[in-house]
Amino acid sequence: MSAAELTRSTAAELAGRIAAGDVSAVEVAAAHLDQIAATDDSLHAFLTVDADGALEAAGAVDARRAAGEPLGPLAGVPLALKDVFVTRGLPTTCGSRILQNWIPPYDATVTARLRQAGVVILGKTNMDEFAMGSSTENSAYGPTHNPWALDRVPGGSSGGSSAAVAAYQAPLAIGTDTGGSIRQPAAVTGIVGVKPTYGGVSRYGLVAFSSSLDQGGPFARTVLDAALLHATIGGHDPMDATSIDAPLPAVVSAARGELGGVEGLRVGVVRQLQGEGYQPGVQARFDEMVTLLTELGAQIVEVDCPHFGYGLAAYYLIAPSEASSNLARFDGMRYGLRTGDDGSSSVEQVMGRTREAGFGDEVKRRIMLGTYALSAGYYDAYYGQAQKVRTLIRRDFEAAYETADVLISPTTPTVAFRIGERSDDPVAMYQADLATLPSSLYGGPAMSLPAGLGDDDLPVGLQIMAPVQADERVYRVGAALEAALHERWGGRLLDRAPALAGVGRGAR
Amino acid sequence: MTDRVPFDEAIAAFDPVMGLEVHVELDTASKMFCGCPTEFGAEPNTQVCPVCLGLPGALPVVNEQAVESAIRIGLALNCSIASWCRFARKNYFYPDMPKDFQTSQYDEPIAFDGWLDVDVETEAGPQTYRVEIERAHMEEDTGKSTHVGGETGRIHGADHSLVDYNRAGVPLIEIVTKTIEVPGDLAPMVARAYASELRDLIVALGVSDAHMHQGSMRVDANLSLKPKGSTTLGTRTETKNVNSLRSVERAVRFEIERQAAVLGSGGTVTQETRHFLEADGTTTSGRSKEEAEDYRYFPEPDLTPVAPSDELVQRLRGTLPEAPAQRRRRLQQQWGISDHEMQSLLNAGAVELVEATIEAGADQATARKWWLGELARAANETGVDLAELPITSADVARIVALTDDGSLNDKLARQVIEGVLAGEGSPDAVVAARGLAVVSDDSALLAAIDDALAAQPDVAEKLRAGKVQVAGAVVGAVMKATRGQADAARVRELVLERAGVPGT
Repeated sequence: MSAAELTRSTAAELAGRIAAGDVSAVEVAAAHLDQIAATDDSLHAFLTVDADGALEAAGAVDARRAAGEPLGPLAGVPLALKDVFVTRGLPTTCGSRILQNWIPPYDATVTARLRQAGVVILGKTNMDEFAMGSSTENSAYGPTHNPWALDRVPGGSSGGSSAAVAAYQAPLAIGTDTGGSIRQPAAVTGIVGVKPTYGGVSRYGLVAFSSSLDQGGPFARTVLDAALLHATIGGHDPMDATSIDAPLPAVVSAARGELGGVEGLRVGVVRQLQGEGYQPGVQARFDEMVTLLTELGAQIVEVDCPHFGYGLAAYYLIAPSEASSNLARFDGMRYGLRTGDDGSSSVEQVMGRTREAGFGDEVKRRIMLGTYALSAGYYDAYYGQAQKVRTLIRRDFEAAYETADVLISPTTPTVAFRIGERSDDPVAMYQADLATLPSSLYGGPAMSLPAGLGDDDLPVGLQIMAPVQADERVYRVGAALEAALHERWGGRLLDRAPALAGVGRGAR
Repeated sequence: MTDRVPFDEAIAAFDPVMGLEVHVELDTASKMFCGCPTEFGAEPNTQVCPVCLGLPGALPVVNEQAVESAIRIGLALNCSIASWCRFARKNYFYPDMPKDFQTSQYDEPIAFDGWLDVDVETEAGPQTYRVEIERAHMEEDTGKSTHVGGETGRIHGADHSLVDYNRAGVPLIEIVTKTIEVPGDLAPMVARAYASELRDLIVALGVSDAHMHQGSMRVDANLSLKPKGSTTLGTRTETKNVNSLRSVERAVRFEIERQAAVLGSGGTVTQETRHFLEADGTTTSGRSKEEAEDYRYFPEPDLTPVAPSDELVQRLRGTLPEAPAQRRRRLQQQWGISDHEMQSLLNAGAVELVEATIEAGADQATARKWWLGELARAANETGVDLAELPITSADVARIVALTDDGSLNDKLARQVIEGVLAGEGSPDAVVAARGLAVVSDDSALLAAIDDALAAQPDVAEKLRAGKVQVAGAVVGAVMKATRGQADAARVRELVLERAGVPGT
């Protein structure tokens, strides 16, 4: 099997071939490492490539297979891990200078579950510093480029992960989504990304940005692959008090179509998440999806979520407030960067200098926003008020789910924007998450599914949202649409991406 | 030298307004939010993990045992128990706090609105005062900083600091009183009695050893003065580093005298933290609190609310021990001792110790004698509370047993106590190592007696004439010859017998 065939395979196919002995996990890992070597100079998806670790993990899977041990559904499949999950023995920077060269002494639960499942971690992917951003331009280590157009952003904050999957560097990647950081990058790179129900995937070892919103989840090129990865990392974790102590929703069955298609399903179109502010190409693809769903037998209902308009404001109070506290620990005392310790300075001075030098502008902006919002005298007006808005948005969702089984919207208002285009305008940057923020505040699951090409022939995503703990519904709808779209397109949307220099791209 | 006015004058001019905050370290097997052990005195930074070190990505999980202990403390303090409450983050930067925020409870304490009655001996006899409890809440301890190179062991002027994170994350219960309203002259005694009563309660609950010297129970005294008859509150200070029951009383008394001097000379009291100095019983200025720090409290998003069920609270109520005051009345009756004798035991913090010593086999009078005598002296000399002496009730009971069976006399027993306190091991080990057995071999004693009688022929003569009151001289000589290792009563018997005193 050629290297290109290996890198273009889905995770499910690779796992099957490895289990059958058609190909070794080491060959699969090597093919992907080669693809990274060939393409990452132009993409910069990875901050750390762990070739030795990957080949060793792959070798262990091959050894287990040779010994006749049962292998899990993703054993031997390579994966790109967002650099916000701690990895024992492997640097974890969160895209920040303040954690440059920090090597964690422990594994995140997600990391541990991946290792346990025999998933081969190729390396750690680039991201906006501490997951704050929508373009990956806020990485202290330089931006990642969109494989569809190298002058465009791959979305963010999980842009390294989305770019890696879209560029065939890995069939799977892990991202985190606080306000849209999985869904938005998936949308603008033409792949599948899922934010699970808050509490569905353990946050233990996920370096916190906003504790009440952060959620890890899968990137993949197919709905089934995303579900397989979701099932591998998801489920209750006693190390995370906010982890849901209930069986994981049947995401894999749903992705396989075993729970049925969309026929008879009530699909809610959110009035507030379309129209003005959405690019024509984005709106056109969305309208097509509504039509397609109707053709597939879904019942379309329009739903009204009057408080969604306040989502952005509420989010930019709650998330920075929590961040200002979560990021306090980066003070140069115990790990990471320490600056200005000249032997005569006070601890306060060293802490100040370290944070001055170690954090980038966006992180500082959010720390200041959050510190202000939590201050005595302002707490009620800002943080308190934002929590009330959060409650109202939750009620909007609950009311909407009285009449609809799932809700849909465009994932993003626009296709991928150009690198540098919004970096001096934080509010314009924040708008990229307009459609994804509400379900983050609510805590429900949401998927971005490739919906076609929009303006500038760049990918557009469809967002599919479901009630808390009904993750299987987004997979059910996603799988049904994906099947119909692949048939219509004669393949995947990603097949239409321009060729990158590298070994993985097939003939077009 | 800090100016102060005599206590009586201070109290004549001002009414003290006092509140006490007590931190109790729970002796749960593991920390508040992780599985690390909590044992005191381990090698620095050996009882740590990603969670209590606040490593990036680590998350807290509430220790259920600590929640139950907190509820039991709340119930024992006659508090209401919250049916739903949350943790909050208290944000401030300090190197011994790994996350640069402390996970604590803020406006939703697990227990609130309770009381504790304390007994104080006044000129008019024993009086009971009710101390109202505002709240008892759960929080985590910080690490321990040691500042090296400064003169006072404080951070200012230090060359560098060492931090031990073993203590970081140890569960704490903070118990806050409402303003304690008692006659001003009793304030120091009530403060001490409250601390003592609370400690007894905590020990009886079995939730902490409440050793003040080791810091497992820490008392902060908030105090301000208002002019007699005035209703306007004064500026308060918060005195920390109060490491014994006696220090609680001394610290409150000192602050009353100091603040009265400041106010009396037309000055104003600075709102600040003050440190109590055990050596001379004074307080010194610490961190100024004039610019109130903004801790930016907000609900801890990494933890779910604590919502104890009624069933749990009822079950825990069933595990409460007898209230200390009630138990003291029962013990007083059982032991047949006077109010004054009981109060002496209470003041010395010896009730539990004596009770345990009796349970271990000693009689009450002897148990009381040792704890209030030799051991109280030792505690005073080393400046620790009685309960913190490195000797157990079982040790004392064993010493009493050795005395009862004649193996030791009182003088030897004191040497055994000295040995145990010096860390030489159990009473039996000290007896063996120091060779402290009473000389009970009569022939050895008789030889010594014969020598003594021969050396003092005139005394021997008087004895033979029936003048038993001179026997002491011979007994003394024999005790000297046996280096005190003889049973004096037995020696006396033998001396009289040997001298042929009529009637023996």
